[in-house]
Amino acid sequence: MKRLLLTTAATLSVSAAFTLSAQAESLTLCWAAWDPANALVELSKDFEAASGHTMNFEFVPWPNFADRMLNELNSGGKLCDLMIGDSQWIGGAAESGHYVKLNDFFDANAITMDAFVPATVTGYSEWPKNTPNYWSLPAFGDVVGWTYRKDWFERPEIAAEFKEKYGRDLVAPATFAELRDIAEFFQGREIDGKTVYGASIYTERGSEGITMGAMDVLYSFGFKYENPEKPYEMEGFVNSPGAVAGLEFYKSLYDCCTLPGSSNAYMGEGIDAYKSGQVALQMNFAFTWPGFEVDPNVGGGKTGYLVNPAGPDGERFAQLGGQGISVVAYSEKQDAALEYIKWFAQPDVQAKWWSMGGFSCLRAVVEDPSFASSQPYAQTFLDSMAIVKDFWAEPAYATLLQDTQKRFHDYVVAGTGTAQEALDGLVADWTVTFEDEGKL
Amino acid sequence: MSGSITEPSSRQKTVAGTLVILYAIITILPLVWIMMTGFKTGPDSISYPPKVFFQPSLEGYVNLFTSRTRATPEQLATLPAPANFADELARDRGMIITGPSKFGERFLNSVIIGFGSTFLSIFLGTLAAYAFSRFKIPLKDDLLFFILSTRMMPPIAVAIPIFLMYRSLGLSDTHLGMILLYTAVNISLAVWLLKGFIDEIPREYEEAALIDGYSRFQAFVKVVLPQAATGIASTAIFCLIFAWNEYAFAVLLTSGTAQTAPPFIPTIIGVGGKDWPAVAAGATIFLLPIMIFTILLRKHLLRGITFGAVRK
Amino acid sequence: MTDTIPASRPIRRRIRALSDRSIAWLFVAPTIFLLLAVNIFPLIWTIRLSFTDFRANRPNREVEWVGLENYRRILTDPDIWNTMQVTAHFLVWTIALQVLIGFTLAWLINRKFRGNDLWTTLIVLPMMLSPAVVGNFWTFFYQPQIGLFNYVVSFFSGVDPSSFTMIGSVTLAPWAIIIVDTWMWSPFVMLICLAGLRSIPDYIYEAAEIDRASKWRQFWTITVPMVLPFLMLAVLFRGIENFKMFDLVVQLTGGGPGSTTELASINLKREAFEKWRTGYSSAFAVILFVTVFGLASIYVKALNKVKDR
Repeated sequence: MKRLLLTTAATLSVSAAFTLSAQAESLTLCWAAWDPANALVELSKDFEAASGHTMNFEFVPWPNFADRMLNELNSGGKLCDLMIGDSQWIGGAAESGHYVKLNDFFDANAITMDAFVPATVTGYSEWPKNTPNYWSLPAFGDVVGWTYRKDWFERPEIAAEFKEKYGRDLVAPATFAELRDIAEFFQGREIDGKTVYGASIYTERGSEGITMGAMDVLYSFGFKYENPEKPYEMEGFVNSPGAVAGLEFYKSLYDCCTLPGSSNAYMGEGIDAYKSGQVALQMNFAFTWPGFEVDPNVGGGKTGYLVNPAGPDGERFAQLGGQGISVVAYSEKQDAALEYIKWFAQPDVQAKWWSMGGFSCLRAVVEDPSFASSQPYAQTFLDSMAIVKDFWAEPAYATLLQDTQKRFHDYVVAGTGTAQEALDGLVADWTVTFEDEGKL
Repeated sequence: MSGSITEPSSRQKTVAGTLVILYAIITILPLVWIMMTGFKTGPDSISYPPKVFFQPSLEGYVNLFTSRTRATPEQLATLPAPANFADELARDRGMIITGPSKFGERFLNSVIIGFGSTFLSIFLGTLAAYAFSRFKIPLKDDLLFFILSTRMMPPIAVAIPIFLMYRSLGLSDTHLGMILLYTAVNISLAVWLLKGFIDEIPREYEEAALIDGYSRFQAFVKVVLPQAATGIASTAIFCLIFAWNEYAFAVLLTSGTAQTAPPFIPTIIGVGGKDWPAVAAGATIFLLPIMIFTILLRKHLLRGITFGAVRK
Repeated sequence: MTDTIPASRPIRRRIRALSDRSIAWLFVAPTIFLLLAVNIFPLIWTIRLSFTDFRANRPNREVEWVGLENYRRILTDPDIWNTMQVTAHFLVWTIALQVLIGFTLAWLINRKFRGNDLWTTLIVLPMMLSPAVVGNFWTFFYQPQIGLFNYVVSFFSGVDPSSFTMIGSVTLAPWAIIIVDTWMWSPFVMLICLAGLRSIPDYIYEAAEIDRASKWRQFWTITVPMVLPFLMLAVLFRGIENFKMFDLVVQLTGGGPGSTTELASINLKREAFEKWRTGYSSAFAVILFVTVFGLASIYVKALNKVKDR
């Protein structure tokens, strides 16, 4: 029946589709509670004006976002008509039928996935990965990168002292080793009468923080989730010597160069630490960048943006963030919800989305010649999006993630065991989970 | 020496008084700090070292009740003049108010679920307590112990099936579901406390009423209830406080529609990072009623706190 | 309350005719029914689930009986033993500190200085407030650079406030949660002890005074034994509550750093609602319930003995 509805809606022309859902619906869109969501509320006013539907929003703070929304989906809840769900949910949502498959809808409305940045299509829309089965439209591109205090880097006395100590100029680091040197250099330094620290990195235990942070580093050190030739074979890939070195590096960064009390830090804590002028370098998702540009303390050219540095062998990857927008299969207003996606996919809406601080994934927007100069961080964002990798998007992702959280936090923050033990343990945990799932 | 020999000397009193007052001040300091933070600006709240003296601002309260989005100076320039002080405050920070926040709704949920479950616990609890107090019930002690023992269960231990049960009954994330749940948790306290209060009402009153031709039910309503009014009121306060403060079930079983304030307040975030003044403002509004209740009803506190095991 | 009298005459007559026995059952039944539905039925369900490999987030997956496998996995899991250790450490220290502080405060307040009523009320405030909301704020107080706690400690001891981090360090984090719990709940022990102290009739002290017993001796032979049953009751309540402890610590440390403050119920929540290992976590829930119930029963027996003495 659902299928039939979809095809019906699809075969009709746009105007007809509008008349089909002629009565004004009240749609609820679910997303995380963060800055981009507030911008989307503003943006959506155009949709309300154009379609006559009204938009409601349910925004859940990041630490509870996955719990709450997956709960909602698993229980077949009707709270959300549209869901901007995290990239890792796609496997579970597709296999359990929580999301409406969008292929037919895309075809009928001439929406093509080629129009979007390839990494976002793979990351947010496809399941199984690298197959043309689409469950969402890339909505918000995001990636882990770094910000640094350009104004501090440019101070002659600081620059001179750095050069004397390390024999090179104090510029944005190109490798992780350089990054740690710089963080070490700033750690405990007195700047404008305040003690400042090297870096703020992700260490949060409860949801996904430390995994996102550590993986962001591990990828460039040679960590792989599985044997590319043989799915789910993890021994020697997850715990490869490179991966071990990467995790050791992350711990050394935590131990030497982070601000005191940052044992449970994620995006919000990173923002606070950076804005209050406590750190020279900050790891964070790109969504935080527009906020720094307008901040009285660190905005107005004081902040530089940095693509994830390279690992010891020159490999360079970054952790993917961001989400696609999907229609919830339990919604009774799927037509209106699809209308929203159709509206959202339009190039001029996407352009406005970018101007309001939403990281558009539409190539027409990001490949526009004026894009790179539109914001100081625009080029960094683009470069970062070209090198992304993502965590497991398996249906069992939550279990895999919690195992990782524990192993990484125990080693990096609490200092128990060695990196080798942590990653060996992780292989064991993941193996059990995949066995339970019947994939191994 | 004056007074009885057990009366402490005035020197003893001074020393004891000083120590207690000192402890009270230290213990109350965090609460005062929360209230102060509610009136700070964002930068003041996270300034280091912390600020004791600051220019008070209503920013926290404005942020608590609104959601905002960032706007460029050009956008701001095109807007009409701010409609009220909240608008003005937001614009000073380079933001525009896009609508009300969820706080009002969450607070209302706390009120509905808190009072709903309190009413129901007291209603059912009074009936059961009266029966336990006045009638011969087979296995009375076992039943009473059973009622008490339900309180020992870690909420998380029954949370899984309750979660599954609520999901299939459609009670998940509803006011009714939470009211029933909190009633079930509170009823053990209500029965035990109320039984204590009713035990203290002399049976003679009812017997007199029965002789006067009242039915048992009428005697209960017209004689016992008025006598137990104080006990009922203080029991109600305790049920209310529990329901008001409960977190574990609320965080697991509620989301969009029936979420109460305790899971909501810690997750209030502002535009870009945690907004401590807004969190503090929310906490103040949420904690204040209970503080006032506590101060007003201090005489009746003890019994409720100790589950009626200690009678004053 | 008068609206519980049905308005219509016939019903009223029928109620009048009800025997005491039926009234008794009519009054008790709703309570029992509610408790059966919301407490006992779920408990039985938990027990049933504990023998399966059910996952609540995968409703379509086939559920298998695994017998005692979940229990075996739990009892041989070093992580579980770690959470039990953490819970025990938390329990022992919070109770010890709260008994000490609570009893001392009660003893001081019982000196009946002027205005003791007001100050008692102020001391009681923390325990009446929402642990989740207040606990969340303590993370703010514990921030090394911006938090109140470190500055207060620094004010009294001269240590640099940003030289230590309460919830970030493996050694201090267990104390960070103990401090907040003690702050919240010492007043509880205090109130119960106060009731105990006030229940001691003056004539006992007067008699001791006549026997020329020293104040010190009076304290140990009269005050302590008379208050002991009350104190033990307080310990029972705190023990049960802290065994279940969830909200405060979740907000404070979330179990971290690493797993240093991961109490049993936090671990349980993680297994049940984040990893969604429903069967496994049900088994853990059963083990926890049996433990708390067993310990409490033994304790109540001891308490009754002390009372009877």
